[in-house]
Amino acid sequence: MSYRPGQRVRVEAREHAGHHRTPAYLKGKTGTVERVYPAFRNPETRAYGDDGLPKQPLYLVGFAQRDVWPDYGGHVDDRLYADVFEHWLQEAQ
Amino acid sequence: MHDRGGWPTDAPIDRSEHELADWELLTDALLGALAGRGLMNVDQLRRGIESMPPDAYERASYYERWLFSIETRLAEEGVLAPGELDARLAT
Repeated sequence: MSYRPGQRVRVEAREHAGHHRTPAYLKGKTGTVERVYPAFRNPETRAYGDDGLPKQPLYLVGFAQRDVWPDYGGHVDDRLYADVFEHWLQEAQ
Repeated sequence: MHDRGGWPTDAPIDRSEHELADWELLTDALLGALAGRGLMNVDQLRRGIESMPPDAYERASYYERWLFSIETRLAEEGVLAPGELDARLAT
C-alpha cells in the first residue's frame, strides 16, 4: 500500500540477509511520513545484477530521536530523518 | 560488514578534511567508467563493500573500500582473473 505525508508508519523488523538500505536501528520503530519521493529501482536486487524492477516508492520518514535511542539525552523535539522504501513500511496503529 | 550505523562508540568523530589524492580521483572515475559500460552500479559497489572482512573494513579508508569492491566486482565478471592484480603489482 502507499502512504501519504503525516501518516504514521512502522519500519518492519524482519531480517534480510542480503544487501539492503534499511538501517537496523530503525527496524521496529514508528515514525511519520514527511515526504513522498518518486519510485526507484530496488537496490536489494540491483546489488546482485538484477534490473531492480519493479520500482519501489521511497519515503522520507521522520522519527523522534527519543523513540530511536532508548537512552537519548538530547532535546525532546530532536528528530531523525531517513529514506525508507515502501516495502519496508507498514501502517502504524 | 553491514549496517554499521548506530553502533555505540566512544571514539570522537573525525571531522578533518583532506585533498583527494590522484588515486582517489582515479578510483572515482573508474567506477563511473564501469557504470557507463554497464559492468557495475552503486548498489553493487555497496554490496561489495559490505562483503569486506570486518577488520579490513575498519582499517580501510573510504576509497580503499571502493577499490576492494571494484576488484571484487571485476573478478566476479571475469574482467580480472584471480590473482591478476597481485601478479601485476608484483612485477
